Amino acid sequence: MEFIMSILIGALFSVGTYLILSRSLLRIVLGTAILSHGVHLLLMTMAGLKRGAAPLLGEEAGAYTDPLPQALILTSIVISFGVTAFFFVLAYRAYQELRTDDMELLRGDDDE
Amino acid sequence: MNNAVVLPLLIPLLAGVVLVFFSNVRAQRTISALAALLNVAACAYLVQQVRTDGIQTLYMGGWLPPFGIVFVADMLGALLALTSAVVMGACLFYAFRTIGEGRERHHFYALAQFLTVGVIGSFLTGDIFNLFVCFEVMLISSYALIVLGGEKRQLRESIKYILINIVSSILFVASMAYLYAALGTLNMAQLAVRVAETGQGGGLNVVAALLLVVFSLKAGLFLFFWLPGSYGAPPSVVAAMFGGLLTKVGVYAIVRTFTLIFAYDPGFTQPLIEWMSIGAMTLGALGAVAYRDVPRILIYNIVVAVGLIGFGLSAATEAALDGVVFYLLHDMVAKALVFLLGGWLMTLAGTDRSGRMGGLIEKAPALGWMFFATGMAIAGVPPLSGFVGKLLIVQGGLEGGRYIGVAVALATSLLVLLSLTRLFMSAFWGEPKSGEPASVVPSGLLAPCASLLAIVALLGVGAEWVNAYVSLAGEVLARPELYIEAVLKE
Repeated sequence: MEFIMSILIGALFSVGTYLILSRSLLRIVLGTAILSHGVHLLLMTMAGLKRGAAPLLGEEAGAYTDPLPQALILTSIVISFGVTAFFFVLAYRAYQELRTDDMELLRGDDDE
Repeated sequence: MNNAVVLPLLIPLLAGVVLVFFSNVRAQRTISALAALLNVAACAYLVQQVRTDGIQTLYMGGWLPPFGIVFVADMLGALLALTSAVVMGACLFYAFRTIGEGRERHHFYALAQFLTVGVIGSFLTGDIFNLFVCFEVMLISSYALIVLGGEKRQLRESIKYILINIVSSILFVASMAYLYAALGTLNMAQLAVRVAETGQGGGLNVVAALLLVVFSLKAGLFLFFWLPGSYGAPPSVVAAMFGGLLTKVGVYAIVRTFTLIFAYDPGFTQPLIEWMSIGAMTLGALGAVAYRDVPRILIYNIVVAVGLIGFGLSAATEAALDGVVFYLLHDMVAKALVFLLGGWLMTLAGTDRSGRMGGLIEKAPALGWMFFATGMAIAGVPPLSGFVGKLLIVQGGLEGGRYIGVAVALATSLLVLLSLTRLFMSAFWGEPKSGEPASVVPSGLLAPCASLLAIVALLGVGAEWVNAYVSLAGEVLARPELYIEAVLKE
């Protein structure tokens, strides 16, 4: 299972990187979202996928799943949702003000 | 167990939450001023406690480490928290006069308080995932602060700022995934124990390098190419908060991880940090000399300072580590101060080009001499605060035989001095230029700037007295077992 997941994570990372390197702002925002999705799966997979019962007292199972990576992912997902939402709004506002979503045209300074 | 450890976070957090509900500007100012003063008092109390009783810890919810979340105040963390509280207070008092009603109505003060939560949280946390969370609290507030006002330039620069930081946060989570897989814990003290047990081999070196990249992106150590644009876009008081606090959090994270966790393979990490620092010092100094507009000169000076601190860290002798702490404290205050003075100067002159300024010493002698003194402090002229830290770092570099780094550090000090005195001379001396009419400068800027300058002078003149605290911090950096014992003892 970890093997399939690592291929999936690799695919997500490459798609995310490809999108971030493009010129359109919308694609860049989507790229960061996909990249953070990949990294959450990485966090999950690196700690070992589910192999035992829920970590509750009285469960009497032979093995228990480590709950910590899931707690970490939950925090990380919430943060990346917030940041992605903010980034989308910012991209929209920037498009309204600057009349472009092309990163090539957003380069440089006012005075150069 | 000591609940006072969490006070410096709780005060700004509660103040920020309360501030969201007030649209009245006067009430907002009162609350944020009270919160800032209270926070300085809480941090000072914490520093005093660490001085008398040693490293203070707080186990959240009573869960003992390594299972629960732990907050640790060692001398380094407590001193940095105190300094950031002071800097934040001065910036707030400056902002009352300068930030403008539009930004005030759109919750500038609440965001500033949340920024304080993130910064101080990063200094006091003892768990590397919590460090990520505090980083994000700080970064999300900084995204909002940098774009607040919605000018074209701000929008354009904040896109890049956010993109860089999102990517580095993603790498941060990835490195934590590897760290957890390799060592099975994220508590910093326990990580240090496990690295010592297993030895810092190739796999852990990769994680160390990944973390170095992440923290250097946040600190502006070598990977600083995003920094000049994004720090130049917001108003100068926001740039002062960023320059004084944000980059220093990244530096603190480098110092903490590479003295505590990844301290067992210095042959790999130290040259890496050393050459990155030398690059940062050189390029930063060249940038500071090359540009002629006030924001960029000041921003490139941040890069030089970060490089110097990195060099002190890579030298890693006891003197150098004391110097790192001392210079970190000095630089937080001095950089915030120089940005505040720069903002004042630009308002007075009505332009940010140093070439179009002149003869301002007649109009604002206090500003002129304060700017001069701050420039001297940043360049490291005794008896002001930059001198002691720089001296200790250079001494440490010479003890370790790192002559190239020492030479670069001294040469870039001269370039920094050149860039700041040239700015001082062209702005304050010579004939007044009849350019655009000067804007009206709000009154009441003197008090926050003068109090920061007083701290800069105090850090230099009272170095003996400050050193009692700084050497305690440096001792923990040089002997990480003190930190580990304090956290894992119970």
